[in-house]
Amino acid sequence: MGKQIAAVLGTGQTRHASRRTDVSMAGLCREAVDRAMADAGVGWADVDAVVVGKAPDLFEGVMMPELMLADALGANGKPLLRVHTAGSVGGSTANVAASLVQGGVHRRVLAVSFEKQSESNAMWALSIMPPFSMPVGAGAGGYFAPHVRSYIRRSGAPEHIGAMVAVKDRLNGSKNPWAHVRQSDLTVESVLASQMLWDPIRYDETCPSSDGACAIVLGGESAAQAATQPVAWIHATAMRTEPTTFAGRDQVNPQAGRDAAAALWKQAGISDPLSEIDVAEIYVPFSWFEPMWLENLGFTDEGSGWRLTEAGETAIGGRLPINPSGGVLSSNPIGASGMLRFAEAAMQVMKRAGDHQVDGARTALGHAYGGGSQYFSMWVVGADRPGERS
Amino acid sequence: MTESDVAVVGFAQAPNVRATHGTTNGVEMLVPVFDELLDGTGLSKKDIGFWCSGSSDYLAGRAFSFIAAIDAIGAFPPINESHVEMDAAWALFEAWVKIRTGEVDTALVYGFGKSSAGDLRRTLAMQLDPYFVAPLWPDSVAVAGLQARLGLDSGLFSEQQMAQVAARSRADAQRNPNAQVSGEVQVSDLLERPYVADPLRAHDCAPITDGASAVLLASADRARELRARPAWITGLEHRVESAQLGGRDLTASPSTSDAASAADATGVEVAELHAPFSHQEILLRTAIGLGESTRINPSGGALCGNPMFAAGLSRIGEAASRVWSGEAGKVLAHATSGPALQQNLVCVMEG
Repeated sequence: MGKQIAAVLGTGQTRHASRRTDVSMAGLCREAVDRAMADAGVGWADVDAVVVGKAPDLFEGVMMPELMLADALGANGKPLLRVHTAGSVGGSTANVAASLVQGGVHRRVLAVSFEKQSESNAMWALSIMPPFSMPVGAGAGGYFAPHVRSYIRRSGAPEHIGAMVAVKDRLNGSKNPWAHVRQSDLTVESVLASQMLWDPIRYDETCPSSDGACAIVLGGESAAQAATQPVAWIHATAMRTEPTTFAGRDQVNPQAGRDAAAALWKQAGISDPLSEIDVAEIYVPFSWFEPMWLENLGFTDEGSGWRLTEAGETAIGGRLPINPSGGVLSSNPIGASGMLRFAEAAMQVMKRAGDHQVDGARTALGHAYGGGSQYFSMWVVGADRPGERS
Repeated sequence: MTESDVAVVGFAQAPNVRATHGTTNGVEMLVPVFDELLDGTGLSKKDIGFWCSGSSDYLAGRAFSFIAAIDAIGAFPPINESHVEMDAAWALFEAWVKIRTGEVDTALVYGFGKSSAGDLRRTLAMQLDPYFVAPLWPDSVAVAGLQARLGLDSGLFSEQQMAQVAARSRADAQRNPNAQVSGEVQVSDLLERPYVADPLRAHDCAPITDGASAVLLASADRARELRARPAWITGLEHRVESAQLGGRDLTASPSTSDAASAADATGVEVAELHAPFSHQEILLRTAIGLGESTRINPSGGALCGNPMFAAGLSRIGEAASRVWSGEAGKVLAHATSGPALQQNLVCVMEG
């Protein structure tokens, strides 16, 4: 069969907020879908299949919500697939949708991801203690804080690095009209003065809890050529998984992330990601994950990711702008957060990122992770066709 | 051939039982299933190019229940993996696509469900519209009963024909060591039993089942190495319908018809249909256009064991095994999801 070329034809997202009480789950998804389809210039008849992603069903209290969303997503009479890979699901959903095109099964695919956390209680949903399983009753921040502390110890990073990331991402988010948290007035000092939640993670270094959705329309070569606006060509996709806990597992620099990145760069034909990637949307729910993932993704050597951040190279205008959209720190509708990273990467190379557009962005990374830093999904998109990158 | 580039080459399943004693997510059931599947093909877990699973957090009553299955695999070094919150037949679809991209040449697909961990009828009510329908707690058997009543009143089938489906299934299940329910029963005896949800009697409904299954897929070159007579996938299609029970004709299954037509189901000798209710087998036979010459559910089907999120995948494994044995040249497997046959998948395989 062989691999077909695939491209992002259009993207759409909602206005993100703590509580979108003005819309149902279906209404929330349709906001993103309608925008993505308008951006791609396609109608319902052009959509061959729908792929839905979101994090645990207990977050909204609906079992397999894609079933009841079939009407609103125009899926009736079509194939509908529901992906769930923990917090990486938004990225995985985009990758699965891409594979439906790359495998020669469909011409155009609509991928949608969402989380409407206000419909239920995500903290409760994550606090069920099943028998014989290790309980983690401290929320996501409590789970990840020891990893961050371990990173700081191993790398010798100074304390203000996390605060620098928070200031940068929130400033970027203030330029993004869809962002949930829009703060242009944070300073490193004010972040360091904010309340300590899970040492060493402070309040201002923590993602919000958001209602929101993201959608993308993907197509094959002929669909991309028929598009009236620039498309984002998919150069590579990768997913890797490892168990949550076992003796000797490196939770600061997980093997699954390193393996996924290695596979991704190889598939994209990239030997030096730091010089060949123009902009990266990386899943950073707590600020310290920026330097951690810079190392895990192979942008820097182990132990020196924070130096790139400290030098200001990850800000817009720097050597590798990270999260020009504001990232997960500015909007976190969990199931959609990964797809937002993938969509924002596509928007950058399609030159449709508005006020947070990075000049000269031609090759971009979208990245997501989930579970206990054990599920990874990534893609590289470009303004040029795969293999023709200049 | 454009589509027969992927084949089913392995299948293993856990015994279908009313309740296991394992943890609520039931992933323990997977360990011997993986062993049996890999041993049967001579592969190790490191030889698998892609893993894809199907399961449900709501069945286990906890978030991220599928993560525990990664422990059952022993997934280190890390694996190339994905998961659908659906019956694992749809995970097989995702894996089939993955092999078609040329990125991998083998894929291990698995599904698991421990229905005994909760109250299945109430849990399935949570699949319905959360704003207007689910708060009324419509029981999943009662919803199927509405469908059966509509079929009876339309003259599409009789209660006797429904009982015949159950009796034939149980008789066939006597040759399936993994079946939960089996035996020789008289249709006349079945019709004297009380209603569970009028017009459904106990024999019309799939038993509540714990179980798991796994299927191995391979690309053309690998398939020929792994099995003398692979079951080549010549058609794999799925469709969904409206969730609004009043918004579709419950006495037909257009999503099944469309999928079967697109997958070219003509001339299949054996069909494994995922029909958790006896009347649904009759509706599905009509929707697919199966005639009297097609052997239906030689395994006994879902009426003799219905492990949620694995039962559809098991249909594919059961149908493929008829090709491997040389018993059939063209077979069909079907999987369903959602209330009253909302979502349906058809997989056609040839020797």
